[in-house]
Amino acid sequence: MSQAHFDYLLRLGDTSLVLAQQLGEWVGHAPALEEDLGLANIALDLLGQARLLLSYAGELEGCGRDEDALAFLRDVPQFRNLALAEQPNGDFAATIVRQFLLDAYQRELYGDLSHSKDGRLAGIAAKALKETQYHWRFSSRWLVRLGDGTEESHRRVELALAELWPYTNEMFDVDATDRAMEEAGVGPSLAAIEPRWRAAVLAILVEATLVAPKDRGKLTAGKRGLHGEALGFLLADMQFLQRAYPGAQW
Amino acid sequence: MVSAVVAGTAPGVERVWSVLRGVPDPEIPTIGIVDLGIVRHVQARGGAIEIGLTPTYSGCPATDVIRQLVQEALAAQGIVASIRTVVSPPWTTDWITDTGRRKLAKSGIVPPRRLLGAIRGATDLNDEAIACPHCQSLHTERLSEFGSTPCKSLYRCAGCLEPFERFKCL
Repeated sequence: MSQAHFDYLLRLGDTSLVLAQQLGEWVGHAPALEEDLGLANIALDLLGQARLLLSYAGELEGCGRDEDALAFLRDVPQFRNLALAEQPNGDFAATIVRQFLLDAYQRELYGDLSHSKDGRLAGIAAKALKETQYHWRFSSRWLVRLGDGTEESHRRVELALAELWPYTNEMFDVDATDRAMEEAGVGPSLAAIEPRWRAAVLAILVEATLVAPKDRGKLTAGKRGLHGEALGFLLADMQFLQRAYPGAQW
Repeated sequence: MVSAVVAGTAPGVERVWSVLRGVPDPEIPTIGIVDLGIVRHVQARGGAIEIGLTPTYSGCPATDVIRQLVQEALAAQGIVASIRTVVSPPWTTDWITDTGRRKLAKSGIVPPRRLLGAIRGATDLNDEAIACPHCQSLHTERLSEFGSTPCKSLYRCAGCLEPFERFKCL
């Protein structure tokens, strides 16, 4: 088992898992029933993708950890999700912006990963891609609706974009793990994904009468296990049952 | 060798298929799992039967229930089989049979259009005008691409004012 391969699968799986947990918090609280269902559906897809990725990671590791062990029995520094995924839900505008930026990323990523030399990962990616296309439609349409909506919705979505934009740098920050996976033909070239991601995002921003914030050079490293305090609270909630009742089963 | 395997196990495989045809989808019981296209294969390996099931959506909560329903239906016929989850190639609504489509339509769920292999274009098919399954009016509106189950979208008809669902093209 290669450590890079395992870490790489954790990055993909954890980003989806953390995002799914966040979206789940909207259930019963979204602005309308349709959006409540929409966010819950997207959360479910992400959770399913995370399950496929993490169970594969566990098998690859070969230490007997299944997807539940990886989801519920790791602490903050062992999580490998992009820091963007753990940013708090905020208001509906912030949730939509976070989703929009990550959907655009996962769409490109899964598109390329569906041709990965790792056949099992390629299969998961091909399935995830189909689902992600619907997520992207949801989030990009909402972004336009909010951006090109009322003065208040525009103000809020603009604020969220300014807040979350700096976290997108991490998506394209190539480190040793990314490089090893690209060289092995497992992962895609992040340098090739970036312009496609940017083009898709900017086209929607124009439609939403929004402007991409200036890059301030901020670089997070969630994928190397460096997280903000938000993830600690999220895990405390998500892992409550296993922490309070270790080994509990359905 | 090959012909011996086929001759010796084909009746068993056919019997398993006929049991599977009687297993309904737990969330949309009007349609069976075979008509939904999620049974990917039934194979006899040695003396054992293996069934390949694929999830509709990665996170479909019915997946585990379906496995259980399959095991129970087979056990009732005295058949022991192992179930393997198959992820690739990914499920597509094109695998829903004509019988399945008729059954969906009959219960008021608009069946998906066939994609003819255009995977990236699947979502665009979801934008076409849909006739209301109750009054046939084309004056319908999509409320959300995400409905009561991951595989359906929500609509409403401006003609008869009834809500209805449509199977998403995937």
